[in-house]
Amino acid sequence: MREIFCADDLGEFGLNAATSGSAFVEFDRVQKSYDGEVLVVKDLNLAMPKGEFLTMLGPSGSGKTTCLMMLAGFETATHGEIRLDGREINNIPPHKRGIGMVFQNYALFPHMTVAENLSFPLEVRKMGKSEREAKVKHALDMVQMGEFGNRRPAQLSGGQQQRVALARALVFDPELVLMDEPLGALDKQLREHMQYEIKALHDRLGITVVYVTHDQSEALTMSDRVAVFNDGVIQQLAPPEDLYERPDNSFVAQFIGENNKLTGKIIGRNNDKVQVSLADGSSIEALAVNCGGEGEETLMSIRPERVVLGDDTAQNATKAKVLELIYLGDHIRCRMNVHGNEDFIVKVANSAGHTHLKKGEETTISWLPEDCRALDI
Amino acid sequence: MSETATNPTDGVIAVDGTPLKRKLARALFRSRVRAFGLVVPLLLMIILAFLVPIIVFLTQAVYNNSFERYMPSVSPMLAAWDAESEPTEEMFAALAADLVITKNNKNIGKVATRVNRELSGTRSLFTKSARKAKKLEAPFKEALIDVDKKWANIATWQAMKISEKSLTPAYLANAVDLNYEADGSYTVKDEDRRIHIKLFLRTLQISIFVTLAGVILGYPVAFLLSTLPVRTSNLLLILVLLPFWTSLLVRTTAWIAVLQGQGVLNDLFVVFGLAADDDRFSLIYNKTGTLISMTHILLPFMILPLYSVMKTIPVSYVRAAKSMGATNWTAFWRVYFPQTIPGIGAGGILVFILAISFYITPALVGGQNGTMISNFIDFHMRSSLNWSLAAAMGMVLLVIVLFFYWLYDRIVGIDNMKLG
Repeated sequence: MREIFCADDLGEFGLNAATSGSAFVEFDRVQKSYDGEVLVVKDLNLAMPKGEFLTMLGPSGSGKTTCLMMLAGFETATHGEIRLDGREINNIPPHKRGIGMVFQNYALFPHMTVAENLSFPLEVRKMGKSEREAKVKHALDMVQMGEFGNRRPAQLSGGQQQRVALARALVFDPELVLMDEPLGALDKQLREHMQYEIKALHDRLGITVVYVTHDQSEALTMSDRVAVFNDGVIQQLAPPEDLYERPDNSFVAQFIGENNKLTGKIIGRNNDKVQVSLADGSSIEALAVNCGGEGEETLMSIRPERVVLGDDTAQNATKAKVLELIYLGDHIRCRMNVHGNEDFIVKVANSAGHTHLKKGEETTISWLPEDCRALDI
Repeated sequence: MSETATNPTDGVIAVDGTPLKRKLARALFRSRVRAFGLVVPLLLMIILAFLVPIIVFLTQAVYNNSFERYMPSVSPMLAAWDAESEPTEEMFAALAADLVITKNNKNIGKVATRVNRELSGTRSLFTKSARKAKKLEAPFKEALIDVDKKWANIATWQAMKISEKSLTPAYLANAVDLNYEADGSYTVKDEDRRIHIKLFLRTLQISIFVTLAGVILGYPVAFLLSTLPVRTSNLLLILVLLPFWTSLLVRTTAWIAVLQGQGVLNDLFVVFGLAADDDRFSLIYNKTGTLISMTHILLPFMILPLYSVMKTIPVSYVRAAKSMGATNWTAFWRVYFPQTIPGIGAGGILVFILAISFYITPALVGGQNGTMISNFIDFHMRSSLNWSLAAAMGMVLLVIVLFFYWLYDRIVGIDNMKLG
């Protein structure tokens, strides 16, 4: 399934798939407003195939959690249709949707033991006692929490609670699981470990996951596709590598990973390349991605690790003054003045025989026109 | 301070060789002294103005020495007497001598009152006999019986024997409708004199009703308050708190205006044809009036702890329950409600303890069958002046409250109580 729905087929905002009708989860022109004045979600179109791990990524207030809550049924869409497995679910109450959910603070019921927590969704489904016990045991074993059934949530560490919350969302075999910043409360090491575990569980069980986070590395690590939200709109929906290497607009370029900015005016266009004149009078060549025509302003984005040091003859070569050096072990962060931008960062790999820079030194840097993307301003 | 320091060879030793515990205690001593100093004024006030008077007053429930103190000659003889045989001439002689003394130092009234509590009608016997005691001559037995025939009655002497004991369970026995007899046994009072147990039961019944009504009426309000946006909920919270800014007396009299025969509520009933004009509901000066006004007055004490507990329950719990397939009711009953029990417990015990000792409201609107135990305590404090009985009833009330507190701790656990 996933191969069919690769990013190129889906188009920029998944519009093609949204109308294809074969998607498992589908948002069709969904809008949401709380006060009747401001739209929190503006015209959302999204289609997900079965088995996909999709992450909604964005800053707080970008509408990603609202989208998740609409899908879960805790918020109603002001306009538009939400479909699950081809069925419109706008008017189906949450408890009939059969969607598993992991909450930000786990929402483990404090007055029940771990086993009772897991047993709860099975009890409300009127499942027999022996079947319940077997399923609870299986789910707990799945997250390596088999021995903690009789504990109360308060007696568990954050990571253990997280596992229990995960098991509880999976114990009644939902096809779709929603996760609302489930790892936000864990420390860095544990968070990274849990990312792999959740990913492994997803691959093993073949469930469909919608994951909300504001942590971009988490999004890139875990997802099949990432939807970058800002201002109630999906800015880009693409697999992680596309998102990082080929951002569609300046918001995505800024939001995902580190990024150097250069602004200038377009003075000429040649197929997919543009010639841009910069404020200091020089001109450089860039890949035209999402920029206007001749005479318009553009913002160019260059990844720090795509900058090459010391090649005078290369295209786009320019003089750069070293302002600051920070040693980071595997690489050295170098802040430079490039074309008048004093916050231009270059990552110098700490490999054998790498160029040793000194503070205040002038050197030459360059980059390929393909790595310099001219975007909207 | 340093008592906690164990044998230096056992404990951890600080750099200079002293045990670490002693070192720590010394370091903390100053801050402890300062903390204690801050508490001292209030502590002294509580001890002097609250604890000491209460303890002194409560001792009256079991201790009254007005007979033993003012009748020093006859008292030891009464103590030695078996309460059955005929009182001897010696006892009569001692009695006559004591009566002369008490008459002279004007304490006869106290003695007479004390004995009169055990056997009514003996008050005048004592005052009359004391007046004539000076002129009496031996044999005193005949002389006293000559003054009043009641001296020949063994019941008079038994009442004196009970009164003679300064440390006596008589009042406590009275408070629970028992008679303490001269021979040390207890008997149940005649049926028409058993009023206290009935009163305690009624007090309990009213308190339990008010508590339950508070939970039923307060729970939805607290829930609403906890779910509304802060600005609206603050406004509503002020409405809940508004009664606190009005005097209890004013609120109670307001209920009189509403509930009385010609009151607002009855007028409305008549207008809507729910009651005949000449057959209006009696909603006040009875138990109904007490229940209605007490429920209203104590409701905020239920709402506030409930609200503060509900406020801390994140919405994600109910959402999680629903996402797992629970209906609204199941999510409420299995997930939300159990988490509000600490609030119900706190509000419940608060309302119950306040209600069980409620005084002004039942006094004003209670009428005959709506009065509570505190009204009776007041009666004995101010009208019958039987302070010992009042103290005994107060003690029984205290024991009941402590019992419910213990019961609550056993069932819910006092650690589970959350007031805010």
